[in-house]
Amino acid sequence: MREITYTDAAREGLTEEMANDPTIFVVGEGIGPRGGNFNTTTGLHELYGDMRLRDTGITERGFTGLCTGAAMTGSRPVVDYMFHDFALDALGEIVNQIPKIQYMSSGRLKMPIVLRGCIGVGGAAATHHSGSYYPIFAHLPGFRVCLPSTPYDVKGLLKTAIRSDDPVIFMEHKSLLNARGHVPEEEYLIPFGTSNICREGNHITVVALTTMVQATLDVASDLETEGISVEVIDPRTIAPLDIETILKSVNKTGRLLIADETWAPCGIGAEIASQVVDRGFDDLDAPIRRLNGAHTNIPYSAPLEAAVVPQKDDIRTALRDLVAE
Amino acid sequence: MNLKFDKTISLGLYRQMLVIRRTEEQHARSYAAGHILGACHTYIGEEAVSTGVCAHLRNDDAVFSTHRGHGHALAKGVPIREVIAELFGKVTGCSQGRGGSMHLFSPEVGMMGTSGIVGPCILQAAGAGYSFKLLQSDSVGVAFFGDGAVSNGAFHEGLTMAAKWQLPTLFVCENNLFATEIAFSTATENPEVANRAAAYGLPGVVLDGNNVETVYEVAGEAIERARSGGGPTLIECKTYRTRPHSEGMRDAGYRTQEEIDSWKKRDPIAAWGEKIIAANLADATELETINEDIQSEVEEAAQYAMDSPWPDPSTIFNHLYSKTSDA
Repeated sequence: MREITYTDAAREGLTEEMANDPTIFVVGEGIGPRGGNFNTTTGLHELYGDMRLRDTGITERGFTGLCTGAAMTGSRPVVDYMFHDFALDALGEIVNQIPKIQYMSSGRLKMPIVLRGCIGVGGAAATHHSGSYYPIFAHLPGFRVCLPSTPYDVKGLLKTAIRSDDPVIFMEHKSLLNARGHVPEEEYLIPFGTSNICREGNHITVVALTTMVQATLDVASDLETEGISVEVIDPRTIAPLDIETILKSVNKTGRLLIADETWAPCGIGAEIASQVVDRGFDDLDAPIRRLNGAHTNIPYSAPLEAAVVPQKDDIRTALRDLVAE
Repeated sequence: MNLKFDKTISLGLYRQMLVIRRTEEQHARSYAAGHILGACHTYIGEEAVSTGVCAHLRNDDAVFSTHRGHGHALAKGVPIREVIAELFGKVTGCSQGRGGSMHLFSPEVGMMGTSGIVGPCILQAAGAGYSFKLLQSDSVGVAFFGDGAVSNGAFHEGLTMAAKWQLPTLFVCENNLFATEIAFSTATENPEVANRAAAYGLPGVVLDGNNVETVYEVAGEAIERARSGGGPTLIECKTYRTRPHSEGMRDAGYRTQEEIDSWKKRDPIAAWGEKIIAANLADATELETINEDIQSEVEEAAQYAMDSPWPDPSTIFNHLYSKTSDA
């Protein structure tokens, strides 16, 4: 079984799509001959040239707006922000333009655009290169929001994202880029809104996002020896959100923890908890718990950085406590 | 005195400007009567700009416009009744009642939207240029924007990219001297627009935006250059809106009545009519017949809009996502 890294899997997906569809082009800072700061486009400029691998100035708002117009006129742009934090310089285009075009044109225009970049805390990247702002985008009608946590998922979801006529926010956690995993040689796609039940269990359901998925799986293995059976669900896309799979799991376990590296207020955990209470209240045997990063800015120094992100010990404690409730 | 264009083109320009004028006058009446639900920014006084530019455009050329965009939509070929019905919020409007004045979409004729935000149209027109270059078509992207957009970052970023990548794009600045009620000279130390083009490395042309002949000629050259791979052009059209920023707002106060009156004397439609007559392409009676025909057409369009049904509230989720999408 072939194992490749997360970065290589994503690039393989992009390459396959670009080979099949000449209307796809990529823009970003250093994504041309340099191959991308995170090797997202290594080797592609040699194959496809300047028009399809367009190096840009540091002009996020500019190239995001340009790609909006391109997506309205027959192209399929992939915007590579490097760090997704930089997309915030284009927030007006992302909020006020991109997700509204299909709607305001009554579907006569499409918006096939992918806005991708790295997110997450790690590597002392500090506060301008560590953001995970996905709840903002999941709040907006009109977007698809992907948070792939494995090499398999990143390839399958990126291919779906590129083929989608809807705008897609695509976020890749920096700490996952070198993770290796099984990626089939043959083509596959992962539909939006299909979560992955990464581990089956009976006592407690954990909905985990991005880096929290593997951390929770590691803890779940440990807890099995204590007789605690944990089910781990990775939604993979938070817009659309596969709430049915979560409800079904909670119906079985009666307990729910949501593990999310970023901030709790107005976040994905709050949304999931609300939907589960609305539709699965009678299934719950204990309060829904959330495990989130500290609601503060992301500091630089290693001990400070570690303190703002949930660690495996925090997950372990949260699971033990919730099972005891 | 001879004109540079034949009778068909000359009268076509005259007719198009009148369509915009009469439609905008109807909008002003409809707004006063309470039939227009939201804001209404009229284009009266600026008709020569969109008319002179859009006369060169095909349905596969893409226009991106501003909050003052009725004239662009009409000149690009959106039917009068679809524009009026949209402002009335009716399902027969060009955006099916979803947009109103500031969101006029009609992609089938290349009208890619007016916008309530100042600036994005510049970037999107550059993006259309990017698409057309990538897809190897000879279509062009066109942005219409006011002097207010020139101080916005989108102007800097859009012109930088379009020039560097030689995109088939036309940037048309309608410099009407005021951003809402703030004078351009209040906002910037350099109240000229065209001369900024040199900083980005593309041609910049300044012209009398109330002279449809000049607009037609200059835009024609720029569009032809873009179509044949010669890259983008910035055109600054000096013009003036003779009505308030938006219907219901004050006319003067931030500007003098004398200034308004002086620009009304430079009315682009009257001036062009006089030239047509002087060139013996038509007489006053013929022009008046055109005017009466258009007036009837506009009144019929307004009645059509009045009689049209409201959109169905059950459709509020339609087209939020594409049909081809998963989930």
